Amino acid sequence: MRNPLRTEKIAFSLLFLATLLIVVPVGLTVVIIIQKGLPAMLNRGQAGIPAINWQFITDIPRQGMRAGGIFPAIIGTAYLVSGAIIFALPIGLMAAIYLSEYSRDNFLSRIIKLAIVNLAGVPSVVYGLFGLALFVVFFKFGASILSGSLTLGIMILPIIITTSREALESVPYSFREVSRSLGASKWQTIRHIVLPNAISGILTGTILGLGRAAGETAPILFTVAAFYLPQLPKSIFDQAMALPYHLYVISTQVPNVDEKIRYGTALVLLVLVLFMNLVAIIIRYRFRKKKKW
Amino acid sequence: MKFEIKNLNIWFGAIRALKDISIDIHANEILSVIGPSNSGKTTFLRMLNRLNDLNSNFKMTGRVMFGAQDIREIDAELLRKKTGMVFALPLPLPLSIFDNVAYGIKMHGVKNKKKQAVIVEHALKQAYLWEEVKDRLNESAFKLSGGQQQRLCIARSLAVEPEVILFDEPCSGLDPISTAKVEDAMLKLKADYTIVLVTNNVKQAARVGDRTAFFLSGELIEVDKTEKIFTAPRDKRTDDYVRGRFG
Repeated sequence: MRNPLRTEKIAFSLLFLATLLIVVPVGLTVVIIIQKGLPAMLNRGQAGIPAINWQFITDIPRQGMRAGGIFPAIIGTAYLVSGAIIFALPIGLMAAIYLSEYSRDNFLSRIIKLAIVNLAGVPSVVYGLFGLALFVVFFKFGASILSGSLTLGIMILPIIITTSREALESVPYSFREVSRSLGASKWQTIRHIVLPNAISGILTGTILGLGRAAGETAPILFTVAAFYLPQLPKSIFDQAMALPYHLYVISTQVPNVDEKIRYGTALVLLVLVLFMNLVAIIIRYRFRKKKKW
Repeated sequence: MKFEIKNLNIWFGAIRALKDISIDIHANEILSVIGPSNSGKTTFLRMLNRLNDLNSNFKMTGRVMFGAQDIREIDAELLRKKTGMVFALPLPLPLSIFDNVAYGIKMHGVKNKKKQAVIVEHALKQAYLWEEVKDRLNESAFKLSGGQQQRLCIARSLAVEPEVILFDEPCSGLDPISTAKVEDAMLKLKADYTIVLVTNNVKQAARVGDRTAFFLSGELIEVDKTEKIFTAPRDKRTDDYVRGRFG
């Protein structure tokens, strides 16, 4: 005899286990990074009370990157991510508006939409090589923050376009019709009705793109990242250090780097991405609160 | 004469939605348009403010004069400003009550807040909604009841000072009391506006229409004074439909 109560229990356990299987590795990763990385940020202060080790996040790397801080890498990543967003958000949003509001639904436009979705899955090293060929070599920007930002920007464009387009298309068509029936033009309708109601979805796409841009190593490998720079970049035409690449370097290229410095770098990268996401989430929350439906 | 329509044909792709329609719409009348679903009533209505143009498959032939001008020669935004539309379901925009009514005039460049407030108050009074909402103009329009929302939509159309108001089954989602209020508003609006009312409710056409047009499968079967349509129509199909003996 089948016992429905037992089936229920088995189903519950299986589903719970599957969830656990996902949550545990993520949680453990974070815990381990914090546990091993936190010592890099703390000093044994007076009377044994730990104090924040500001040197780690404000100083340049010293003794062949085995001591000192990671400040240039933090600044480099901040520049690169900001540059990528400044470049990709306006262009991506405009492309999304064109695709969802203006382009006709025909074979060509469907192919283009599909191609953009697929571009999001292209390995990041391919974007790196593309950036090298186009920005570094062809446009002669050299290995620079500009080249790196543009490469990262191109990498996150498909994410921003696809999520923005979905956000725009989720605004009910009837709102557009009402607006047009009142004599508003197409652009006025987009500007005053569609965009304000899609903004939280657009920001979600931006958050995803932001996290990806901050964490990728391959696209910046050939376009901007410096192995070691004792000074900060002075202009967008300078090379820069970046956190993911720095982490790669001190983990694999430089022998005898203290474990806490490696994990400390990972922790800083994690906190940086989290912080940037938090800002976007707060903005999104404020827009959602204003939403009237 | 508000609209003069001669030999109008409409296609959506390969489907012919309206066949050789010729009809005049007089100033300050309520023209009811009745007919079973899929008879082309709504297409006819949305042709008048060129809302069908938003559909890329749309094609039309024939002549539609609005006043002295062919509607295809008038700027679509201007035509729509002069022909307000109220949709089947109450469709407030995701804005406050005030901003819903002020939306049209803002889009047409009225920036002065005081002027906006005057127009919004007047429009809400014309739609018999002012007393119910005057203390909560900044609340979301979605907090209103269905009937209130529909009168808000009427006020929203009135705010841009149209000459014609197009109603597309405006009471299909409303209870009898809300319906009565909307019909009341229509009858009073007739003095200043021309009204075209598409309705599935034959009794509603009988109650408010000056003239009634009967559409069937994309053809205009007949149009006449409402009493005539309901007592002595020329065509048997009209008679069957208004008596509910159809099909």
